[in-house]
Amino acid sequence: MATDQMVASVRPEPVISLRDLRVSYGDREILHGISFDVVQGETLVILGGSGSGKSTLLRTLVGLEKPSAGQICIKGRDLAKTSAAEMDEIRRKIGMSFQGGALFGSMTVGENVALPLREHTRLEDSTIEIILRLKLQQVGLEGFEYYAPSQLSGGMKKRAAVARALAMDPEILFFDEPSAGLDPIIAAGIDQLILELKRAFRMTIVVVTHELASAFLIADRMLLIDKGNIVAMGTTEEMRSSTQPRVRQFLDRVPEPEISAEMDYLQMLTAERPRPRSTLGKRG
Amino acid sequence: MEIVSEIGESTLNGLSYIGSLASLGARAAYYTLVTPFQGKPLRLQRAISQAMDTGVSALPILSLITFFIGLILALQAAYELRRFGAISAVATAVAVSMSRELGPLITAIVVIGRSGSAFAAEIGTMKVSEEIDALETMAISPIRFLVAPKFLAMMVMLPCLTIWANVMGILGGSLFGVAEADFTFMRYIRASVDSLFLRDITTGLVKSVMFGITITAVGCLEGLRTSGGAEQVGRSTTRAVVMSIFLVVVVDLLFTALFFFAGDR
Repeated sequence: MATDQMVASVRPEPVISLRDLRVSYGDREILHGISFDVVQGETLVILGGSGSGKSTLLRTLVGLEKPSAGQICIKGRDLAKTSAAEMDEIRRKIGMSFQGGALFGSMTVGENVALPLREHTRLEDSTIEIILRLKLQQVGLEGFEYYAPSQLSGGMKKRAAVARALAMDPEILFFDEPSAGLDPIIAAGIDQLILELKRAFRMTIVVVTHELASAFLIADRMLLIDKGNIVAMGTTEEMRSSTQPRVRQFLDRVPEPEISAEMDYLQMLTAERPRPRSTLGKRG
Repeated sequence: MEIVSEIGESTLNGLSYIGSLASLGARAAYYTLVTPFQGKPLRLQRAISQAMDTGVSALPILSLITFFIGLILALQAAYELRRFGAISAVATAVAVSMSRELGPLITAIVVIGRSGSAFAAEIGTMKVSEEIDALETMAISPIRFLVAPKFLAMMVMLPCLTIWANVMGILGGSLFGVAEADFTFMRYIRASVDSLFLRDITTGLVKSVMFGITITAVGCLEGLRTSGGAEQVGRSTTRAVVMSIFLVVVVDLLFTALFFFAGDR
């Protein structure tokens, strides 16, 4: 692919770089040392089953969770060493589309999309209006600025959320389960939108999903995460032809053998033998 | 030994809860008082509509409740005062106990029921639908955006409501005064006003500001701590109401003791 050649010939500095990232909730470690790079203009798809830690990984990348160890660099800045003001600076360069859209119910679609502009810029209302129209047009929602989020369908909510994520012209876009809860046609539309964004703006995009069809369509590179570890990483072709059992199981949709005991289930989630219940449940 | 360690643990939990409330309050104060002068305007529009919600819309129910409370106070006071032939002291008893204690307290409890619970539900719902996370990824502080306007609205509206509650309580007392204690309406009001010192009113108002801070901090903190689903929002709301009532009473005790020992006798 053209993108691969470009990456190989230039080798630019990675936009996102993770080194041995570990995240824990209480004394349960969710991610056990994740390392990878994402380069400019690349679309990385993070695949994984439920409870694999992929959503935690995404939340940590945008600074919503604190890593217990390891390093995250976004555009060369170490997140752990940034002040609150610097973190805000980084956050203005990233856009995030949440699973359910996370639009503010008390505002119209237009107000939602315009919110980052009103909060972070001193643009005139008329200018904001123009940007707003442009962003809504980009996601195919022109004319919907006066609708309340509750009046939109699931797919439209996601599009509106993407428009809001695009409002500040971010350099990196994060998607959490872009096609979750959508019918195949609407989901295909969202995939198309991601492809367009990538083509038109050469945006760096990180997508977390478990939808295989959509993943293979949009990804330059893929990463399979399981029980908090990276199982495999590579281009779509490499993944498709992988012989690694866990990758095959995921791609060929082979069901897990029946889970018999609570301990096994917890072990599957955490990849560690948990301590007995009495110490685990203390915080509740 | 088990008991000792459990007492210790719950004491620590309690202290850390108070600490969280204080830190939330401090951050809200920072965004209300400091950042507007650094070019980050306060959401005044939001604060005003919040004030309408917590203040103006509470007037009908608050008026009714405090009118009845005033009447009840008059009846209870008269029961005892009649034995000493001092039934005319009813006006004083109602006016003083309303403005020093019951006005602020009843107002706070009505506001907890209407607004403290609403804060927890609103912010809790936003939390579980990832809207709070969305704010953070957009580099918008949820404290500045959501919590600060609520603090401002409550700190202004609670004293206003308290004054209104005092007036309604005195009016409630006057109903008894006129009907049973040979007062004319004007004489009853005159007697009430004469019996009040300015400090009776100001201590009530100082308390009501503190109640406003407490209610907002608890409501917002419970909302922000919500995790999980819709069921958790309900639980946060309940916790917010119970916690607010408890802490309002504690704050009431602290300030009443403070005023008492600080020479206000």
